[in-house]
Amino acid sequence: MNVTPHSHDHIVKSYDEELERLTGELQRMGKLALAQLAAAVDAVIERDSHAASKIVHNDRTIDALEHEVSHDVVRLLALRQPMARDLREILAALRIATDIERIGDYAANVAKRSIVLNQSKPVQLVAALPRLARLAQSLAEDVLDAYRNYDADKALDAWARDEELDEQYTGLFRELLTYMMEDPRNITPCTHLLFMAKNLERIGDHATNIAENVYFLVHGTQIAQARRKGDTTSVLPIDDPR
Amino acid sequence: MTDAHFAIAPSAPTAAAAAPATGARPKMAACNLDFHYDGFHALKGVNLEIAEKRVTALIGPSGCGKSTLLRVFNRIYSIYPKLEAKGEVLLDGDNILDPRFPLNRLRSKVGMVFQKPVPFPMSIYDNIAYGIRHHEKLPKGEMDARVEQALTQAALWGEVKDKLRQSALGLSGGQQQRLCIARAIALRPEVILLDEPTSALDPIATGKIEQLISELKHEFTIAIVTHNMQQAARCSDYTAFMYLGELVEFGETETLFTKPAKTRTEDYITGRFG
Repeated sequence: MNVTPHSHDHIVKSYDEELERLTGELQRMGKLALAQLAAAVDAVIERDSHAASKIVHNDRTIDALEHEVSHDVVRLLALRQPMARDLREILAALRIATDIERIGDYAANVAKRSIVLNQSKPVQLVAALPRLARLAQSLAEDVLDAYRNYDADKALDAWARDEELDEQYTGLFRELLTYMMEDPRNITPCTHLLFMAKNLERIGDHATNIAENVYFLVHGTQIAQARRKGDTTSVLPIDDPR
Repeated sequence: MTDAHFAIAPSAPTAAAAAPATGARPKMAACNLDFHYDGFHALKGVNLEIAEKRVTALIGPSGCGKSTLLRVFNRIYSIYPKLEAKGEVLLDGDNILDPRFPLNRLRSKVGMVFQKPVPFPMSIYDNIAYGIRHHEKLPKGEMDARVEQALTQAALWGEVKDKLRQSALGLSGGQQQRLCIARAIALRPEVILLDEPTSALDPIATGKIEQLISELKHEFTIAIVTHNMQQAARCSDYTAFMYLGELVEFGETETLFTKPAKTRTEDYITGRFG
């Protein structure tokens, strides 16, 4: 198991073991959430409702791990009184676990909606989703990789790329609006797709949270610049986009 | 051991130039301080400011020089054989290592409390009055007021006011330690040096001493040596980390315990090898 550097050298070895257990739980959570996300996107494309139900069911494993993380963090804070980078390590683990759990939830939501979507006839419009999904996946992968390797630069890089995801989402939003206006029969599938797209966009937001925590973990300071929001759909005028 | 053993470096820089800034006015300062005893180089070029009416904690592993530094601050170093100090220790700008600096004046301005409470084998009242009598002749009424004031400031008055004539040796360890603090306060010092003041006390007595420190800092400048990192984090405004006679890092306590600048400091405070 690849744990964060520097955690193997406490005078009290059991402290190292507890920290390693914690970071190990985070790695498992991260891997599971990424696998769930990839499977959810596949299930949408393949119209595989069986696979989608499995994804919805599996989400509870991530939830259970988050509870373990939370329990271990309370225990470490109470029994070890961590300082400096140990304190940051533990705080970052607690926060990152919450974000991974949310990423898992969004993946499960995408899967859940795909089951509903599969009840109507196939729509070509689904093709617009994978590009957004790929970007969300790559952001999530990169921040979790940055966390595993204590790599603040990589985290910062992913953090900046969320804007791209927001822009793609806004583009998709406009596109789906157009389809709905063209043919009211598109409204039901497009609405589901819109929610799925929003879920993927939110995954990007949680990935940036993780990036911020990785940065804090490594440097002990917050990422200073305020992130410019690329999702402008909340202020898009309601007019005919054609 | 006499003051003649001290060689004062003639060209020692001023505190302002040598020590890191704390924001508050420096009450005491060690400037390029070297201290040898019995062939051992205990302090190596230490530059440190003790901010006025703040708590400064000195931390570091055993033998790092933190207690030695504290003892140099009020020249209780006669316990060290063949000693030699170079550099300056300034109190309000005056070099206290200068043999011309009167020891009596120094001791009345800079009080000290030790690890083990050492009450004198006399009544609670006389424990406080003893030191005062040494410095001033006071009529009984004034002396009573001074004793009460010192005991009140040390948060002990309520517990002992009905047994002032009883022996101080009958007090609990925590009460004895607060009595020692009261004894130091009674001389109206400006600086109080605490050398591991709670290491022999239980958590409740420790809590009372820590509460007392937070109250006393409004009136006194405090320097505390402690092995308990959490205590340094809880009590102090500034922390100095020492290792092998050198000052490794000095800074605001919050910064030092959350984001220390030096790896050596971080290794020590997080319980890694250091």
